[in-house]
Amino acid sequence: MTWIAQLVFLLLLGAGSYLFAKRIRSILDSISKGRTDLPSDQPGRRWAQVFRLALGQQKMFRNVPVALLHVIIYVGFIIINIEVLEIVLDGITGAHRLFLNPLGDLYPILINSFEWLALGVLIACVFFFVRRNGMNIARLRSADLKGWPASDANLILVTEIVLMSLFLFMNASDTLLQSRNVGHYAEATTGPFIISSYLHPLLNGMSDNSLIFLERSCWWLHIIGIIAFLNYLPYSKHLHILFAFPNAYYSPLEPKGKMTNMPSIQQEVLLAMDPAAASNAGTVPPPGRFGAKDVQDLGQKNLLDAFSCTECGRCSAACPAQQTGKLLSPRRIMMRTRDRMEDLAKLPIDQRENDGKSLLHDYISVEELRACTTCQACVEECPVSINPMDIILQMRRYLVMEESNSPAEWTGMFGNVENNFAPWKFAPDDRDVWTKPGN
Amino acid sequence: MSLPPIKTMADWAAEGKEPEVLFWVGCSGSFDQRAQRITQAFARILQKLDIPFAVLGKEEMCTGDPVRRAGNEFLFQMMAYQNIQILNSYNIKKIVTACPHCFNTLKNEYPALGGNYDVIHHTVFIQQLIDEGRIKLQEGGAFKGKRITYHDSCYLGRANNIYEAPRKVLEALDVELVEMKRCRSKGSCCGAGGAQMFKEEEPGQTRINIDRTQEALDTKANIIAAACPFCNTMMSDGVKLAERESDVQVLDIAELVEASLNQTL
Repeated sequence: MTWIAQLVFLLLLGAGSYLFAKRIRSILDSISKGRTDLPSDQPGRRWAQVFRLALGQQKMFRNVPVALLHVIIYVGFIIINIEVLEIVLDGITGAHRLFLNPLGDLYPILINSFEWLALGVLIACVFFFVRRNGMNIARLRSADLKGWPASDANLILVTEIVLMSLFLFMNASDTLLQSRNVGHYAEATTGPFIISSYLHPLLNGMSDNSLIFLERSCWWLHIIGIIAFLNYLPYSKHLHILFAFPNAYYSPLEPKGKMTNMPSIQQEVLLAMDPAAASNAGTVPPPGRFGAKDVQDLGQKNLLDAFSCTECGRCSAACPAQQTGKLLSPRRIMMRTRDRMEDLAKLPIDQRENDGKSLLHDYISVEELRACTTCQACVEECPVSINPMDIILQMRRYLVMEESNSPAEWTGMFGNVENNFAPWKFAPDDRDVWTKPGN
Repeated sequence: MSLPPIKTMADWAAEGKEPEVLFWVGCSGSFDQRAQRITQAFARILQKLDIPFAVLGKEEMCTGDPVRRAGNEFLFQMMAYQNIQILNSYNIKKIVTACPHCFNTLKNEYPALGGNYDVIHHTVFIQQLIDEGRIKLQEGGAFKGKRITYHDSCYLGRANNIYEAPRKVLEALDVELVEMKRCRSKGSCCGAGGAQMFKEEEPGQTRINIDRTQEALDTKANIIAAACPFCNTMMSDGVKLAERESDVQVLDIAELVEASLNQTL
C-alpha cells in the first residue's frame, strides 16, 4: 500500500518540478528577447543591494507595520520550507517524521518554531486579506487591478491561509494519535506542539480512523498545495519572491537622475559635428530602431522588472500624475509590459515577429507616456528595484525619433533649443541680459 | 538692483587667468524674469564673498535636459556636444549651478560624453560656505522666526540624494522650518520635470502644482523655499491660483541667504 502512495507522490513531485522548470524557461526566454543590458560590473556593490533590498526588504520599511507583517510571511515562507523538505523526503521514502530521530530533542523545538511562524503567517495573511478587500486603500482598489490581478492577489492570500491551516491540523491530529498510542504515530513520539495542541479540543471527539484520515488528508493536501502553488507562482504576480533577488542585483548603482546614454546617436552627432574625431572613435552599430516600440526594444532589465512586479502599487500611489487623475499609472506600465510578453509567448513562434501589435499604442497609450514628470517617485518607492520610468522614457524616444510624434508645444520647444539654444524663443544674445544694469 | 560687472569665461581667458568656479546659469535663470532674480541673488552672494567666478554668457546653451526627457536624443547629443566643446576649451574644472536639471545633466550625463567636471548645486555650495564660516549671516536676520517650508526638487532629492544641504542652510537662517507631509525622498513633484514645463498637462482632475502648493499651504508657512527655478515657477503659480500671494512668498534658497548676508558689496 505504501509503495503506491510513494509512487503517486513521486509522480506528483516529478510532474510539478517539470512544469515549473518549463514555465521558468519560457519566462527567461521572453526576457532574453530584450536588448542585452544586464550589467556585470562591481559585483560587491551589487550583492550588497541584494542583501539590503531583496533579503533585507529595506524599502518595505518605509511603512513599518506593513513591513513587519510582510517579513513574517517572508520568513515563514523560507523557514517552513525546511518542514516541506521533511514532508518531501517522507513522501519519497514512505517514512513518517524522518527528521525526528536524527534531530532528537531539537526536533520539537524546530516544529514549535514552525508552528509559531505558521500562526504568524496565518494572522498576517488574514490581516492582508481584510486590508485588501475591506479597507479603503487606494492603491489596492485602483482600476489597474480590475479582474484577474485582484483575484490573483486574493488567491495567493487564501492559499497561504489554507496551507498554514493544513500544517497545523496535520500536527494536531498527529500528536493526538500519538497520545492515543495509534499505529506508527506512536512510534514517532514528539509530544504536543505549541500551537496545534490548541486544536485538540476540536478533534477530541473524532475516532482514531477519522483522525488518521484527517492527518493523511492534511499531509497530502499540504504537499499537493505546495506543488500547485509552485506552479501557480510563475503565472502570478507572486513571482517577485524569486525575481526580487536578480532584480536587486541588476538594478543601477548610479544616481537615479542619470538617463541611459545612446552611444549610436552620440556617434552620429559626432560624425555630423566633427567627422575627423568620429572616424577615430570606433563604430557603434546602429540599433534596429531608436527608442522602444515593443518589448524586444526594451532592455532585459526592463523585462525582468515586469516579471518581478508584484503589483503592490506603491509606485502609482506616489506618482504625481496618478495622484492628480492623469491616465498614467507606473504600475500599469509594468503590468502591460508583462501582458505583452505573455501574449507574445502564447503565439506560435513564427507569428511572434509580426502579430500586428506592439507594446506602444496597443498596450500603453501615448497619453500615459506624456503625463510623466520624470520625478522618479515610482523608482524610489519600488521595494523590488523596478524602474517604470525607464520604459516610459525609451518609448518617448521612439515616439519622437521614429514617429516624429510630439505635442505641438514640444515640437516648438525642440525648434527653440535647436535654433535659439534655449527652450523658449529668446534671442541667444540676450542670455546675459540679467547682468546688465536695469535688469 | 544692478550688479557690479560679471566676467565671462572669455574675459578671464583674455586676461590669461582662470576663475575658481564657473556659474552655470541655465536657460530659466537667464531668460525667465522671476528666475533672473535668483540668478542675480546668487551672483551677488559670490561677489560679496569675493569668490572669483565666471559665467559663459552668450556662449552658454541649454544642457539638453528637457529635450532628452521629451525623447529627442539627437538634439540632446547636439547640445551636449556643443556645451562640452566650450567647457573643455576653457579647461573648466568646477561648475556651480542654481538649476537642479542643469546640475543633474552636467554631473551625471556629460561624463559619458567626454565632459568631466566637479559639478555642485548652489544649495550645497552655499551650505559649504556657511560651514567654512565664509558666509556670515545677520544676527536676527530678515527671516528670523518666519515659518518656512522647503519643497524638495526631484532632481536634487531623489535624482541625486541631496536632501539635507538646503535644509541646513535654512536652519542657519534661524527660521522655523516646517515639513510638508510628503518630504525628502517622498517629496512630491511640482509638475515641471520631464519637459512638462514646456507643455500643457495631460487631462486629469487637478494640476500637479495646485496639489503640491496646497500641501505647502497646509503647513501654514509664510515662505515656500525652493531650490529650482522650475519648482519656483510652478509653486508661484500655485500660490497665485490659491489667491495667497499677499501672505505667502515663494523664494529660492539663494534669495533667502542673499537677503540675510552680513557682508555688503
